[in-house]
Amino acid sequence: MILSVASGKGGTGKTLVATSLALSLKDSHKVMLLDCDVEEPNCHVFLKPSLTGREPVNILVPKVAEDKCNYCGKCAQICAYHAIAVLGNHVLTFPQLCHGCGACSYLCPEKAITEEPRETGVVEWGHSDEVSFVQGTLNVGEAMAPPVIRKLKERGNNSDVVIRDTPPGTSCPMVEAVKGSDFCLLVTEPTPFGLNDLVLAVDTVRELAIPCGVIINRTGIGDAGVEEYCRKEGIPVLLTIPLDTEIARQYSRGITLVEGMPQWQDGFHRLFESIQERVDERACRSER
Amino acid sequence: MKELVVLSGKGGTGKTSIVGSLAVLAERKVLADCDVDAADLHLLLNPSVKEQTEFWSGQTAHIDRDRCIECGLCQDLCRFDAIKDYTADPISCEGCGLCYQVCPVEAITMEESLSGHWFISETKYGPLVHARLGIAQENSGKLVAQVRQQAKQIAEEKNLEYIISDGPPGIGCPVISSLSGAKLALLVTEPTLSGIHDLERAFGICRHFGIPAVVCINKYDLNEYNSRQIESYCAQQGISVTSKIPFDNVVTEALVHGVPVVEYSTGGVSQEIERLWHDISRTLEHEEKG
Repeated sequence: MILSVASGKGGTGKTLVATSLALSLKDSHKVMLLDCDVEEPNCHVFLKPSLTGREPVNILVPKVAEDKCNYCGKCAQICAYHAIAVLGNHVLTFPQLCHGCGACSYLCPEKAITEEPRETGVVEWGHSDEVSFVQGTLNVGEAMAPPVIRKLKERGNNSDVVIRDTPPGTSCPMVEAVKGSDFCLLVTEPTPFGLNDLVLAVDTVRELAIPCGVIINRTGIGDAGVEEYCRKEGIPVLLTIPLDTEIARQYSRGITLVEGMPQWQDGFHRLFESIQERVDERACRSER
Repeated sequence: MKELVVLSGKGGTGKTSIVGSLAVLAERKVLADCDVDAADLHLLLNPSVKEQTEFWSGQTAHIDRDRCIECGLCQDLCRFDAIKDYTADPISCEGCGLCYQVCPVEAITMEESLSGHWFISETKYGPLVHARLGIAQENSGKLVAQVRQQAKQIAEEKNLEYIISDGPPGIGCPVISSLSGAKLALLVTEPTLSGIHDLERAFGICRHFGIPAVVCINKYDLNEYNSRQIESYCAQQGISVTSKIPFDNVVTEALVHGVPVVEYSTGGVSQEIERLWHDISRTLEHEEKG
C-alpha cells in the first residue's frame, strides 16, 4: 500500500506523522519511507538514516551543434517554455527554463540538437533500523521539484507499506508527490488557516481520485471549524494529537513522537488499521 | 519603493501571522500574498475584492478520439507520462506540445488552461493583491509574478513606500518568483532541528539570487539551545537576527478572531513584532541607500 501524508498548510505535522507511522509499523510490516518534500526534506533529521546509495537527478537539456544548424528557428517556435531562442546566426539556450520535454531535439529538421544531462537534484537511499528510506533533494537555485520527486518515487516499491512525506501546498510538487497513492492522510490544525488549506488539499486529492482521511494536530487551541467541515463532507478524522509543549520540545530536538512517548504507538497502529480497512473496502467495491 | 518578502523554507513558522501584523504597523504600503496555492493572508485582513481577473497560463493537450488512429507515437514520446490509452491526463500534462507537433493525423489540440484567479482588494490596512491557483494547476511561479507586478503597479500609482509580500514555503519555483529582485528577505524560522535545516536552504536561495536577508526566530523559547545555535549560525553567515518572538497561544487566538496579533494583544509577542518592524524599516532604508 502506498500512503501519502500531505497537508496544504505547512508546519502542521506531516513529518511528525510520517516518521512515527513508519516506526510504529516497522515490526509488523516491511516499511519504506519516502521523503518527497525535496525542497525542504526533514525526515532524515528524525530518522538519522545511514545512506548507502546516491543518484543524481538530471533533466535532459538541448545542446545545439551550430555546424549543423541553419537557424531556421523551428526549435524556438515550438518550445513552450521559452528555453531556446534563435537570434540571427546564434542559438541561445536557457537550461534553467527547460522542462526536458525533448521537443526541440526531436523536431529539429537538421538533426542539429542533441540532449545533455543537467543535474537539478539528487536521490539518496539507505535505512534506519528496519525502515527503508529514500529522500530527494532539489539543488538550491533550481525551480522544478517534480523531476526529483518522480525519480525518487521510482524507488518506492518492494515494501508492504510505502509512506510518502509530501511537500506543503497544492501545486505541482504536492500533486506529483501524492499522485499514485492508495490513500492520503491530510494533517491539519484546528485554526482558520488550517481549515482554509485543508479544503484546498481535499479538493486536490479528490481531483486525483485518492481517498483521504484527516489528522488534526494541536487540538485544544483554535476552533471547531475543521471538525465541522470534516463532518459535513463525510471525511473521517482518523487521529487527533493534542497541543502539548512536551511534544513540541521533543520535535524541536529531532525526536519522533513514538520514540519520545512510546504510548503513541497504539494510536498509530489503530490509524494504520483503519486506513487499511478503508483501502481494502474500496478495492472490494471497485472489483464488484 | 522598498519590497520586503517574508520567507521561511519550512512551512508553518509564522510567516502569515507576522505579515498580518506588519500590515497594521507599516504605513503607506501594498500587501501581496505570494503563497498562491495555499493563500491565508486574507483570513487576517478581511479584504473586500475590487477586481477579479482570470489567470490563463499554459496549455494542455486534448486528444480527439474520433480522429486518433492509436499509433501510440504521442504516448512513446511524452516524457511526463501524461498520455495513457490514447487519452491525455490534464494533471500530468506539462503543456510542451510535442504530441501536438508529431501526431500524424492532427488529432491533438493544445488548449489554454484557466490556472487560477488573482484579486485586487481593499482592506482597512491598505490595498492587497492576492490569488488563488486552480486545483492541481501548474505555473504557480507565473501567478506569483503576476501578483507582484500588480502590487508594484499599485505602489507606483499611489506613491506607496513599501510592498510587503507573504511568500510560500520551500525553495522552488514560486519562492524564486517571490524573491527575485526584492529589496530584502525576512526569513522566519523556529528553534527546531527541521527549522534550522530549512533556514539554511532558504538562506542559500537568498544568497544564490543576491538578496540580503534578516532572520526572525519565532517561538524562540520553545528550545533556547537551538535558538542560540541559530544565532551563532546567523553570526557566521553575517545575517542579523532582528527579533526573537516568544511562544504564546495568543497568536492562535488572534487568528481564530481573524485579526492580526498586534491588534489583538499588547503583550510580549506584539511588542517583539513592533521591534521587528522598526528594525526592518531601518534595514530597508539602509538597503535603499545601498
